[in-house]
Amino acid sequence: MNTSHTPRLSPWLLGGLLAAALPLAAHADSRNLLPRNELKLYHQECAACHLAYPPGLLPATSWQRMMGSLDKHYGSDASMDAATVQQIGTWLQTHAGTYKRVRATDTPPDDRITRSAWFERKHRKIDSPQVWKHASVKSAANCMACHTAADKGNFDDDSVRFPKGLDERFRAAFLDD
Amino acid sequence: MIPCISPSTPPVASARLWHAVAAVAAALCVAAPALAADTTPADQLKRWTVEAGTPASAERGKVFFNSRHGGEWSCASCHNAPPTTEGKHANTGKPIAPLAPAFNAKAFTEVAKVDKWFRRNCKDVLSRECTAAEKADVMAYLVNLK
Repeated sequence: MNTSHTPRLSPWLLGGLLAAALPLAAHADSRNLLPRNELKLYHQECAACHLAYPPGLLPATSWQRMMGSLDKHYGSDASMDAATVQQIGTWLQTHAGTYKRVRATDTPPDDRITRSAWFERKHRKIDSPQVWKHASVKSAANCMACHTAADKGNFDDDSVRFPKGLDERFRAAFLDD
Repeated sequence: MIPCISPSTPPVASARLWHAVAAVAAALCVAAPALAADTTPADQLKRWTVEAGTPASAERGKVFFNSRHGGEWSCASCHNAPPTTEGKHANTGKPIAPLAPAFNAKAFTEVAKVDKWFRRNCKDVLSRECTAAEKADVMAYLVNLK
């Protein structure tokens, strides 16, 4: 058996992994953006009010600032006890900025994922405020309105749907990006 | 969600069976910190009434719950009026389980959660924490909803 502490991949396993990864290579962002070692506490506390946003989508500085100002959290008091803040904060720092388009030095305005340059570029065709403010969308922060598997960290084009009740004239903007 | 149990001593003769059950229970136990039910809605009503030192009023609680208090939101903005059905976070649209205990068995069963949400939500609605009397009135209103 493997006596070293470094895990070694057998050629068979490696081949299998590559084969499994191949279909994903077709889509630039096709992967689960939520860390494998998920923190239950993160889901329990943060996802009580909103999507469990993948920590990789913000740089470490943004998460740190956010965890230090939870009593004023985008219009809500989201304060937690110190131990919980510490535990979630550490986990966020571990996984911060792991999304390939995030730059450590590039903190978006208000530390909002939706104000990141990459986010705005990827959604540039959705250029009407009517789409973002539609009743079934509410705001750009509501990923699930269109990215139906966002709660699983999946933002693939394949799982994008046209938001319910939105005027058909906007459909073209959803066809590709 | 499956409640987390911490098996200590086998209550049955077969220790092996007990360990198997314990292993399955541990595997199914999803909440990281054990948040066991440690209170009831009736106890919370009593708690705030005692602290307030005056009897609670469901009628006052209803008015309080449905009114805005200087801010953008009332309690009902997210929890509905009456809060007997699934609510919706006013900002994010995320579903919120019914607040009235008769419609949600988990409502007001953990002291830490009760305290956390009263603290946060009162700040959002009133820009201050609620008084014990206000919490007692709201509890009286909520436990009366059938």
